[in-house]
Amino acid sequence: MDKRTALNLYTVMRKIRRFEQRSTTLFGENKIWGTIHSYAGEEAIAAGVCEHLRDDDWITSTHRGHGHCIAKRADLGKMFAELLGRESGYCRGRGGSMHIADTSKGNLGANGIVGGGIPIATGAALTAKQLGTDQVAVSFFGDGAANQGTFHESLNIAAIWKLPVVYVCENNQYAESFPAKKAFAIEDIATRAAGYGMPGVRVDGRDVAKVYDAAGEAISRARAGGGPTLLVCESYRHEGHYYGDPRKYQTKEEIEGWKTTFDPLIDARAWIVREKLGTEAELDAIDRGIDDAIEQSVAWAEAGPPASPLTPEEIYASH
Amino acid sequence: MPATRDASAQTAPGPSAGAGESREMFYAEALNDALRVEMQRDERVIVLGEDIAEHGGAFQVTANLLAEFGPTRILQTPISEIGLVGTAVGAALTGMRPVAELMYIDFSGLAIDQIVNQAAQNRFMFGGQARVPLVVRTQGGSGRGNAAQHSKSLEAWFAHVAGLKVVMPSTPADAKGLLESAIRDDDPVMFIEHKLLYRTKGEVPTGEYLVPLGRADIKREGTDVTIVTWSREVLFSLEAAATLADEGISAEVLDLRSLVPLDKDALLSSVRRTRRCLVVHEAIKRGGYGGEIAALVAEEAFDDLDAPPRRLAGLETPIPYAQPLELGVVPQAADIVRAARELVRG
Repeated sequence: MDKRTALNLYTVMRKIRRFEQRSTTLFGENKIWGTIHSYAGEEAIAAGVCEHLRDDDWITSTHRGHGHCIAKRADLGKMFAELLGRESGYCRGRGGSMHIADTSKGNLGANGIVGGGIPIATGAALTAKQLGTDQVAVSFFGDGAANQGTFHESLNIAAIWKLPVVYVCENNQYAESFPAKKAFAIEDIATRAAGYGMPGVRVDGRDVAKVYDAAGEAISRARAGGGPTLLVCESYRHEGHYYGDPRKYQTKEEIEGWKTTFDPLIDARAWIVREKLGTEAELDAIDRGIDDAIEQSVAWAEAGPPASPLTPEEIYASH
Repeated sequence: MPATRDASAQTAPGPSAGAGESREMFYAEALNDALRVEMQRDERVIVLGEDIAEHGGAFQVTANLLAEFGPTRILQTPISEIGLVGTAVGAALTGMRPVAELMYIDFSGLAIDQIVNQAAQNRFMFGGQARVPLVVRTQGGSGRGNAAQHSKSLEAWFAHVAGLKVVMPSTPADAKGLLESAIRDDDPVMFIEHKLLYRTKGEVPTGEYLVPLGRADIKREGTDVTIVTWSREVLFSLEAAATLADEGISAEVLDLRSLVPLDKDALLSSVRRTRRCLVVHEAIKRGGYGGEIAALVAEEAFDDLDAPPRRLAGLETPIPYAQPLELGVVPQAADIVRAARELVRG
């Protein structure tokens, strides 16, 4: 991997982590309404996958969607503004955290329905096929969504039509409070791919280089007309299901153990330095730049106007 | 890609009848003609559904389209209702104009998340960033011995959701004109046909033909009572109006055609003229869309009424199988005659 790519990956991961940390602070200050779901711990997946995507490629995301959005090159200020319910937010304060979309960058939206984005990405891939373009669609979803009916129906449709779509299952070990080890009778979710007649790949979702390589292969295959792939990234969610989750389904030891042993950011730093793709000083400079950008984005978002009153045109395009 | 018009059905100038030619068609044939015309006109129009290819659709609405447009545009899917509707939603979000066929409206429960939580709300939730030009074609209604899981009238479910349009044509010409408008519309449309209308016949304009969404149609003029209705009950209401005329009661039959958007002006102006309103629909009365109509009339035209608005609708029961039972649970022409007579004569 070249230096530029490695540092890009690190930058995206670091941005996501800092965005989540800053959002949590804003939430604690009662500036965010509703609920937020932190992507901390899963950064390597969004970063490694989206590094291969162009602005005209599509993604569908989840309720835990900030990371995908950032990796698909969203504007941090407009993201914070949305969380703060401002007119200057991505959805003009209509959607909030769980519905951020950025169609100009091919982000077809976070989704409050578990598994809701899987058929939508499948349909985006159908568009690419119909129009004869080389665009691809990526659907991010969790282990919970892999047990929804949309997973089954969509993977089958994509396989029989050979659609240019990559299904990225982020196994963060919990479907809300339900542990994956109880929700699946199989150990490797990727083995399900065989049932649809598509390649299934399992990768360590904490290792951004491995995610990058596996995603690159799947996305190239899709772009070249080779059809869909199921890519399962093993991961761990540092925080609870939502901000404030009492996490009664986990032990303290488990949480602390994972947090200290499973941190893709620490791993990424070590890997970059070890492979001489960057120095500690360079990485520190990236960190400082991100911290500044985050603070500027929050300030911009907080200065934004409140959400404007509702109008009929935003519900119906033609009315 | 052929030239396309951006103007939505709403802004298009009224119904246009191609070169002014028409011919007699079955309702199913008129829908087929609408699909053909729109697919010829715009390559972005694709059709997805079960049994729609060689078989031509459970009700033959897509007959022969495979031969003309091929398997890349007539996309036969496995029996995967949420998969096919959701795929259509994703295609619509990214530039296609898909028509998804749900064989029976009773199956919509399997697909409802993609219709209600995704298609209907994407535009709003994303702050206006998206358009979802999707048509979900389906059919409902009883009268064919299909029993409870293949005979429901569920339009009220969909009319209740902000972001969806709901269209229910009663005649072959309306079926064609409304389907073409629905396909050109930039919003998701639930296009609900009736299984017992497919073999009804009528004159239908050939070529491009647009009936705007949201415009009701007076199917028969009258002065004593307005029968507000849609879908197959329009036919029963016209039959009832003819009988009522023999008794000296002049009934106006107002076919809403679109439940959402609703032609409130046509509704209120007709009711104010006749001073009486009878809403007739096949769906169960409790929670039915007739309640919305009756309430609207009471709220906005109360002072112009000679009698309270009245509803005649389906009984609160799953649709039974045996024919005499089935006929007894939804309004027939004789029921409409009785209800209108009572409303007018008191």
